[in-house]
Amino acid sequence: MITVQIKHPLRGASGKMVLDIHFKIKENELVTLYGKSGAGKTTTLRILAGLMRPKEGKIVVNDKVWLDTKQGIFKKPQERRVGLLFQDYALFPNMTVRQNLEFALLKNQPKTIVSDLIEIMEIGELQHQKPQHLSGGQQQRVALARALVQKPKLLLLDEPLSALDITIRQKLQSYILQVHKEFNLTTILISHDISEILRLSDTILELENGAIIAQTSRTDFLNHKNFGFDINLDGIIIQKNNQKLEVTLQIGDNQVATRVNQEYFNHLKIGDKVQFSSKLFMPLLRKK
Amino acid sequence: MWQPLLLTFKLAFVTTLLLVVIAIPLASWLAYSKSKLKPMLEALIAMPLVLPPTVLGFYLLIAFSPSNAFGTWLDQWLGLRLVFSFEGLVFASILYSLPFMVHPIQSGLQNLSGSLREAAYVLGKSKITTLFKVLLPNIKPSLLTGIVLSFAHTIGEFGVVLMIGGNIPGKTKVASIAIYDEVEAMNYDLANTYSLILFALTFTILLVVYVVNGKHINPFWK
Repeated sequence: MITVQIKHPLRGASGKMVLDIHFKIKENELVTLYGKSGAGKTTTLRILAGLMRPKEGKIVVNDKVWLDTKQGIFKKPQERRVGLLFQDYALFPNMTVRQNLEFALLKNQPKTIVSDLIEIMEIGELQHQKPQHLSGGQQQRVALARALVQKPKLLLLDEPLSALDITIRQKLQSYILQVHKEFNLTTILISHDISEILRLSDTILELENGAIIAQTSRTDFLNHKNFGFDINLDGIIIQKNNQKLEVTLQIGDNQVATRVNQEYFNHLKIGDKVQFSSKLFMPLLRKK
Repeated sequence: MWQPLLLTFKLAFVTTLLLVVIAIPLASWLAYSKSKLKPMLEALIAMPLVLPPTVLGFYLLIAFSPSNAFGTWLDQWLGLRLVFSFEGLVFASILYSLPFMVHPIQSGLQNLSGSLREAAYVLGKSKITTLFKVLLPNIKPSLLTGIVLSFAHTIGEFGVVLMIGGNIPGKTKVASIAIYDEVEAMNYDLANTYSLILFALTFTILLVVYVVNGKHINPFWK
């Protein structure tokens, strides 16, 4: 169980505001922080990692106090042992892929974990290359592997996939799900992408202007009042049924069939990227 | 004839070596600190860039003179006589070349993505480990620039050396002062020899820096 209570003044997009949040997360949950940019998501993650000290706050992780401003307790990032994935990957350019992972080893930790992770993430062929020669998706896989070397209990992901294209994104999403389960992690993810959120998260925390305005489960998320009227999902057309004027979409790992009018139907091809939107439960299909 | 040149290089070498040791912690503090003292320290370090070297030399001369309390204390307790001695030259040169070492390292560190440092901290690495294993290896061109500029700048010293070192052959008479000396003695040939050597040498040093830090032999660093 992770209990978080933070109060910290921030300068957001719309001037000054106060990040004022408290939430609880169960062990082995995958939680998404969702909200507009400037809502305080990254700050929350940085405070959890110990990279920022909030003005007031208390963080308790599995009965261990990481932060208690009233009692002057502050555990440094070095003492928290969290896995953190940065948006810009933050791989060390002076080290090869393997050296990046080995650098993360704890004192006296056996090196076998490095080889295991290289195998899980399928980066064996890249292990002797420098990170700057890798593609974005490959770099992110290395970064994810590096974040897991110390077998952290808590994994923090700051929009890890935002810079990647859709196919690589989906592949990395499955890596994240896989390690989340295999390593018994509690994971906190920042994401803007609805299909990603639906695919990955157990719980969604919605932030707005520094406050949590909703904490919902994945199923409730779509029915949530701010949401029911307008959802946008990214998908790819995988099937067309000429008789029914129906197209089947791959959205995350779900398939959705929806009808479209004749004219638009002819316009769509298998493999097209589309956005699936729903307004007042009337599905509407738009070509991207 | 070679003595002043050798002395110059000895001074530049010792100064640069000590500067590396001093400037790395100083530059990394300046690069990441949010202290209110920081602008003050930055201004002080940059002073030799604008101040006439004679000003620095003059105050050092006053401060280290055995005829005042501080100079006497140094002399009696540490056995250091910093006026008209090689040690004094080294000390003055360090102050005088400090910005040339600190600035490249500081800006090199500041230009690195902050997430590199944070990533190392989150992985449990101390500040020192992070500095030596992650940060410094990624700013090699800045380190090289700092080292070479400090070396070259120390070779080019004149005013500070003259003020605090004087003109003692074998002890404080460096090449730049020897040139002045020979010109005063109407010994233009020897002055020309010293000058040519310094000219060619500093040019070569600077050329090497620009070639190495430019695109020409980048694979060497990466």
